Amino acid sequence: MSGQKLKFGVVVFPGSNCDHDAYHVLKHVLHQDVRFLWHKEPSVQDVDVVVLPGGFSYGDYLRCGAIARFSPIMTDVIAFANRGGAVLGICNGFQILCEAGLLPGALLRNACLTFVCKYVNLRVETTDAIFTSECKRGDVLQIPVAHGEGNYVVDNESLHRLEEKHRILFRYCEPDGSVTPGANPNGSLANIAGLMNERGNVMGMMPHPERAADPVLGHTDGQVIFHSLIDCLVQREIVHN
Amino acid sequence: MYLARIVITLRKSILDPQGKAVHHALESLTMKNICDVRIGKFIELKIDAPDEREAGRLTEQACKQLLGNPVMEDYSFTIEKA
Repeated sequence: MSGQKLKFGVVVFPGSNCDHDAYHVLKHVLHQDVRFLWHKEPSVQDVDVVVLPGGFSYGDYLRCGAIARFSPIMTDVIAFANRGGAVLGICNGFQILCEAGLLPGALLRNACLTFVCKYVNLRVETTDAIFTSECKRGDVLQIPVAHGEGNYVVDNESLHRLEEKHRILFRYCEPDGSVTPGANPNGSLANIAGLMNERGNVMGMMPHPERAADPVLGHTDGQVIFHSLIDCLVQREIVHN
Repeated sequence: MYLARIVITLRKSILDPQGKAVHHALESLTMKNICDVRIGKFIELKIDAPDEREAGRLTEQACKQLLGNPVMEDYSFTIEKA
């Protein structure tokens, strides 16, 4: 990884609780420039990447992410995404991106109805993405989930488009990489754990890569997602300058 | 003053595991004639509007923009004088 640093902005909504984990990994493990962006701020400033972290923004009232989607900063997050800025939504962040229409579909209550908190295996479906460029197709990453509403749904037409355009990034799988109902912790359609938009700059995933990135915790499979993003964007900057 | 009573329901194509769980619970209470259960939301809005039509328009806007997520939910409402 080159020595160049990117600027990350971690948005903090009332009720976000994974913002500090994201900040810690980005700053102290990956040595990037990071700042918090309070949800009332009008602009994302000059960040290269916006992170919408996990948590329970607005208490998950009405629907998860339904109210956060209208927080003042989201106007600029959406504008930033629309001009190609990189946005990474994790768990509640994924829910907010779907509510905001930056990603298709929605996250429903887990099919098992319980809050699921455990390590899962994710199969990397495509590496033609800034979020998985350092992976190999078929790689299995061990990353934890912790959610009660992670059941991804989308209409058939959109699912077909997602599959056709290779926009599904991760699927829940067995340790050997096979995609089975048993490996699906929440009932998500087609075992989808993470996906990106058409342009490839906005990604949402239910698992928490920031909880599997600090070597001190014993799992670092999440690092590759951040490495991919950092290397792709740094390369892009080098090409443009 | 008008009162909008809004019902938000899951679209028919969406599986409702919560409804299913409640269905099983009702069955265990020996209510075997209940064939299906689906669970939705009820929301009341108190609206300061000049007439029923405007109250209805505002309610529709609230439903479309925030109260219901069209990917998975349908909404319906009635308006009455508060």
